[in-house]
Amino acid sequence: MAFTIVRRVAILVVSVLVASIVVFAFMAVLPGDPAQVALGVNATPELLAKTRHDFGLDRPVVEQYLSWMGGVLHGDFGRSYVTGEAIGPQLIDRLGVTLWLVGAGMLVAVVLAVPFGALAAVWHRRFGGTAISGLSQLGVAVPAFLAGILLVQVFAVQLRWLPSGGWTPPDQDTGEFLRGLVLPALSLGIVQGAVLTRYVRSAVLDTLGQDYLRTARSKGLRPYPALMRHGMRNAAVPVVTVLGLQLTTLLIGAVVVERVFVLPGLGSMLLDSVSARDLLSVQAIVLVLVVAVLVVNFVVDLLYVVIDPRLRTAR
Amino acid sequence: MKVRISAALALLLVVSACSAGSTASVSSGPDTLAVGFTAEPANFDFTRTDGTAIPQALLYNVYEGLVKLDPTGKIVPLLARSWTVSDDRRTYDFQLQPGVKFSNGAPFTADDVRFSIDRVKTDWTISIKSKMDVVDHVEVVDPLHARVVLKKPSNGWLFDMTGRVGAMFSPTGVADLANTPVGTGPYHVQSRRRGDSIVLAANPAYWGKPPAYKTVILKYIKDPTALNNALLSNGIDVIAQITAPDSIPQFENDTRFTVLQGTTNGEVVLSFNGRKAPFDDVRVRRALILAVDRKALLDTAWAGRGTVLGSMVPPTDPWYEDLSGYYPHDPAQAKALLAEAGQSNLSFTLRVANLPYATAAAQVVASDLADIGVHVTIEPLDFPAVWLKQVFTDHDFDASIVQHVEARDITTFGNPKYYWGYDNPRVRQLIADADAGTPEQQVADMREVARTITADAAANWLFLYPNVVVAKKKVTGLAANQVSESFDLTGLG
Repeated sequence: MAFTIVRRVAILVVSVLVASIVVFAFMAVLPGDPAQVALGVNATPELLAKTRHDFGLDRPVVEQYLSWMGGVLHGDFGRSYVTGEAIGPQLIDRLGVTLWLVGAGMLVAVVLAVPFGALAAVWHRRFGGTAISGLSQLGVAVPAFLAGILLVQVFAVQLRWLPSGGWTPPDQDTGEFLRGLVLPALSLGIVQGAVLTRYVRSAVLDTLGQDYLRTARSKGLRPYPALMRHGMRNAAVPVVTVLGLQLTTLLIGAVVVERVFVLPGLGSMLLDSVSARDLLSVQAIVLVLVVAVLVVNFVVDLLYVVIDPRLRTAR
Repeated sequence: MKVRISAALALLLVVSACSAGSTASVSSGPDTLAVGFTAEPANFDFTRTDGTAIPQALLYNVYEGLVKLDPTGKIVPLLARSWTVSDDRRTYDFQLQPGVKFSNGAPFTADDVRFSIDRVKTDWTISIKSKMDVVDHVEVVDPLHARVVLKKPSNGWLFDMTGRVGAMFSPTGVADLANTPVGTGPYHVQSRRRGDSIVLAANPAYWGKPPAYKTVILKYIKDPTALNNALLSNGIDVIAQITAPDSIPQFENDTRFTVLQGTTNGEVVLSFNGRKAPFDDVRVRRALILAVDRKALLDTAWAGRGTVLGSMVPPTDPWYEDLSGYYPHDPAQAKALLAEAGQSNLSFTLRVANLPYATAAAQVVASDLADIGVHVTIEPLDFPAVWLKQVFTDHDFDASIVQHVEARDITTFGNPKYYWGYDNPRVRQLIADADAGTPEQQVADMREVARTITADAAANWLFLYPNVVVAKKKVTGLAANQVSESFDLTGLG
């Protein structure tokens, strides 16, 4: 058990290092000069040279990477070329927005998937079950940004019930914050919910065949209540692991949804930073995203070990 | 479980029902206005960060200068009540508004005028600081009388004083310009959320007419569709500038909105690299202009809104004259000129900024030139990063299309090092004479500059970018023309 965990941690650290090198290399070969973008069309050659020097762009690439990584290991992500601000606090601020979005999207997914998945399983021989399965197939095929655009058209532009975008911090105005979160969370959650529905359905189908449920049914309970009272916990085990895996998909989906709904999260910061060639910001964000994905996978791996004792011997 | 889900759904419905009928908007209340923009300021310090976004938000609203540009492009008093110019046109005497205070409480006097102008030379880093090079020194005659002495006469200097470099700062308010701007304007910055908005609050101690709105929220929405949706769904009250023409009819056909259309300083220029053959041959340049139907191009690229140009002068400049007919659309003559220049099999690459107006214009140019046997390869470049590097800095291009937004940037044709490599000693002389002469001479000389570069086919000025502002009916006093660097909130009703 302990050895397994140590091995997983080692893999995690190596993955993060490799990812950081890849990100740095990609940004280094992108065409465009960060100093020129920061200074605009009126820059004199002298000023350009000075700015490049200030940014450290005139140093060898390896040296640039090492000094950046050294800073990151101390928790210092450097200062943005474009805004001149420290990147670290900005990252934390933006990450907060993205996490709210991912959390809300997850909630929507679960709220949709659990009852519908269970119903699809209970009704698996009837039309209702087929219909739910069909709908979930459809939901899986709709990209989050398209769902977002459609939702905005209907609920914001036509009905004017909800804002079409923008962000109100929860501590500023909770009502406005919740209303602003509804459509982005739905865009993200509907797709994920559709995926999850199918997992829930098969997990519940498995459970329905178990003896204890037959016992419950023989006591006169109808299938759905019987399932809710006795079967859901067992069905939850495989579903929870899938949820973990889906977190990473949600994180990537959030980048796109943030653009559609103008949310000041990590995703929109990433896109802005790329177009402004704000290399340090891009590197920092991508690193955070990569680390988040790797950490989630790491936790899911550990959960497997915790849930299933057979995995505890190192393979 | 079932009960809990129903409760959650009910809550959702309640939350949305609360807002049904009311406005889903940040601008709750008659004293608040929300304006949507596309380009967000990187910080608040336009003394060290270039670009249009910062002055758009802060100039005239938070910072004021001695003079400002009114919506017709005229220079009018602001912190200077009046001014006189000496006979040799080198000395400007400014009589200042009394009782003006900065937002931190410090009084505004002639000392601050000297401080601000000197500081452009010492502390500013962006290249437009050079606009103050012509200043010899500033004298404080008395607290309400500042005298600026120039090294040589310059009309351009007073015009530049209406922009960023003319902004007045207090020595007590420059410690943290990037985050805490301190100016004399009707608003001060209350808060900002990067990637989302900047909130301006009315300055209670403002010396002039109090602004109509107590709070103005500047919302930054990069995506044009999202920006339109924000207005349609009541998220904002005004779109400062529409960036894509296809959405305009839906606002025009909606009784809730007013659509204003005016001019900008943004000439969309098809430039030729004059350092390279065959673009160093005036016959080739003329042929390439004659072959393009600029009216049809404007219809395609910007739905016919905007102004067909013939030179690098917008109608709001005093020396504007309509030169759009100088090169009529004449493919036959274009062909003849190319044959005369021995360029009947011309093919070249058009490196355009990857922005909607530029790529649309490039398509029309390519198809018009194909009609006279010129083969054009369109290469969109990521703007700003790649375009700046390849075209602007390295001059690595045949021809390019981009919008030039700066006021009176016709003077770039007097700079041989500029990316289009136009070098004409007579134009350089005329530009210098215009700057040194009386306002009447300035108009005459600049008009001559415009005619000369047109006759020389120095570039193809495709069209002037339109300024299209959309606002809710209740918002009044918006200017149709965008002549200054500022989105001026002071005239709103």
